[in-house]
Amino acid sequence: MTNNRTIEILVGAFMAVGLLALFFLSMQVSNLSSSANGDGYQVQARFDNIGSLKVRSPVTMAGVRVGRVSAIAFDRKTFEAVVTLRIDSAYEQSIPDDTFAKIFTAGLLGEQYVGLDAGGSATFLAEGSNITLTQSALVLEEIIGQFLFSKAEEGAQIE
Amino acid sequence: MLEQLVRLGRIGIGSLEQLGRGHLLLLHMLAGISALFTRPRLLVNQLYSVGVLSILIIAISGTFVGMVLGLQGYYILSQFGAEQTLGVMVAASLVRELGPVVTALLFAGRAGSALTAEIGLMKATEQLSGLEMMAVNPVKRILTPRFLAGFIAMPMLAAMFSALGVMGGYFVGVGLLGVDDGAFWSQMQAKIDLYDDVLNGVIKSLVFGFVCTWIALFQGYNAVPTSEGVSRATTRTVVHSSFAVLGLDFILTALMFGE
Amino acid sequence: MIDDGSLVSIRNLRFYRGERAIFDGIDIDIPRGKVTAIMGPSGTGKTTLLKLIGGQLRPTSGTIHVDGEQVDRLGIRDLYRLRMRMGMLFQSGALLTDIPVFENVAYPIREHTGLPESLIRKLVLLKLEAVGLRGARDLMPHELSGGMARRVALARAIALDPMMIMYDEPFTGQDPISMGVLVKLIRALNDASRLTSIVVSHDVREAAQIADYIYIISNGKVIEHGAPDAMMNSASEWTAQFMNGLADGPVPFHYPAPGLEQDLLGVA
Repeated sequence: MTNNRTIEILVGAFMAVGLLALFFLSMQVSNLSSSANGDGYQVQARFDNIGSLKVRSPVTMAGVRVGRVSAIAFDRKTFEAVVTLRIDSAYEQSIPDDTFAKIFTAGLLGEQYVGLDAGGSATFLAEGSNITLTQSALVLEEIIGQFLFSKAEEGAQIE
Repeated sequence: MLEQLVRLGRIGIGSLEQLGRGHLLLLHMLAGISALFTRPRLLVNQLYSVGVLSILIIAISGTFVGMVLGLQGYYILSQFGAEQTLGVMVAASLVRELGPVVTALLFAGRAGSALTAEIGLMKATEQLSGLEMMAVNPVKRILTPRFLAGFIAMPMLAAMFSALGVMGGYFVGVGLLGVDDGAFWSQMQAKIDLYDDVLNGVIKSLVFGFVCTWIALFQGYNAVPTSEGVSRATTRTVVHSSFAVLGLDFILTALMFGE
Repeated sequence: MIDDGSLVSIRNLRFYRGERAIFDGIDIDIPRGKVTAIMGPSGTGKTTLLKLIGGQLRPTSGTIHVDGEQVDRLGIRDLYRLRMRMGMLFQSGALLTDIPVFENVAYPIREHTGLPESLIRKLVLLKLEAVGLRGARDLMPHELSGGMARRVALARAIALDPMMIMYDEPFTGQDPISMGVLVKLIRALNDASRLTSIVVSHDVREAAQIADYIYIISNGKVIEHGAPDAMMNSASEWTAQFMNGLADGPVPFHYPAPGLEQDLLGVA
């Protein structure tokens, strides 16, 4: 049996390396460093259709991630989707309140995210604000449907 | 016909009895944990033999698994022009699945079998009986520290495996195949979630550590005290642990990642 | 029912392993301060008897009293308290293989007393001196011969100054010198510290040499008991065969089998 002190040192090193690996996984591999959970402020946006947007989907502005979707609900009166966005505290008092929220798809088949297009207002979004200007997700079937429909109409006019 | 039925019945009763004994042993081991706080030395010694001595195999396996993931992932992803997401693929497969599962399988082979053989031989050479006659409870004194050590060591080893695997994937992907350094990390950080991925992986390895150590200790404690009995028990440890890990992994994955 | 003169008293003990009766109603009294030998052919459950006395096994029926306490009824805590006053010498020695001789002997002292290290050291060296192995304190158990391992185990068994020691086949597989050493040690320990000793053995000569009283058990029954001299000259044919090691007698040389002729010729 190796000497007690050596064992203690080695076990200590083992624990340290293990914790370091966990730390590496949380900080370097995952998004802990950039997510800053909990703080920031929440704003709401209403969409007719959110496609496959999910809770924790990113919210971006000019391609930079500024927050995440924190909740998705359905309004039973207006039949709209109510999406709550948590914007990181770094962007407090910097997003105009007439900002346009659109749901985009990353690439052709990628996941969906909320993109914000800044408006020109002098007042800014704050906790509990509503984004009134929204554009729903593009649903591929609808677009194809519309395309075929218009083609069919064109054809009918020609004849 | 009746003979077959009798045999089936015997197998059923036998396995139930084993299961019962296994759970009783678990209860006794858990009951001994509090006593361990007054004697951390016992735990430290076991962490050494269960954890420190397993580092080498875990580190080497982790690095190579990560490197292979880097290679394979690159060839597949580059067909879609998506080699930028190599980091995501490597990290997700390691953190979610390969880290906890492969570590548990290696752990069962390296530490689990050693635990079974040690306890089985202590039983065969009357050391456990001897402790009992010295009014020392062998479950609390011998088994509990090993159990707790396995439970603690497993997530540590799995984290090392995953971390080294990511480094291995980085080395192959960025170093050898020329994937963009920034894209590798940023894509990874964008897609890997602390809670959904890293934490769930840690939970998995905690469960595996619990189950593998439990199986190993039970097989040793329950071994027929002869050389053949101990060798059979050692084999059973590896086989049962592997099945348990793979089966539990499916269940845990379904619970964690299924929506 | 509990005789003051006896430390251990067993009444009408039955113990079944599955369907097989290991003990079928035996009564044994172990007198205080004496060496009692329990003898019998291999496979008569002599080791089982020691485990029953030590509370590691529970009897199917019957009672076992040790120093006035009924072992088979004791809870785990009381049982452990009682065991601290019992020593047991296992056939293999049962030393912990991962710690040296000194630590093995110190083990029960460390576990059960909060004595300071300097005192533990003195105690352990005294116990090792008693078995003549003070010089072997730093050896690991695998470096010891069989006889030395048994002596170390003996030092460990007496580490807490128990009231009794149970020896499980102490003479088996020993060369004549270590056998002689063990015989001398068992007798000396018994007389020096007023111990009660139970020696389970089938080595007739050595057992008869040190025992004050002998029980012979076979087939789950006590066949005969008495002082060694009386046993040697027993009128019972069975006892005479066992004590003198004769090949044939009431215990047949042949295991029960059909006739040889019938077997060889394969006649159905």
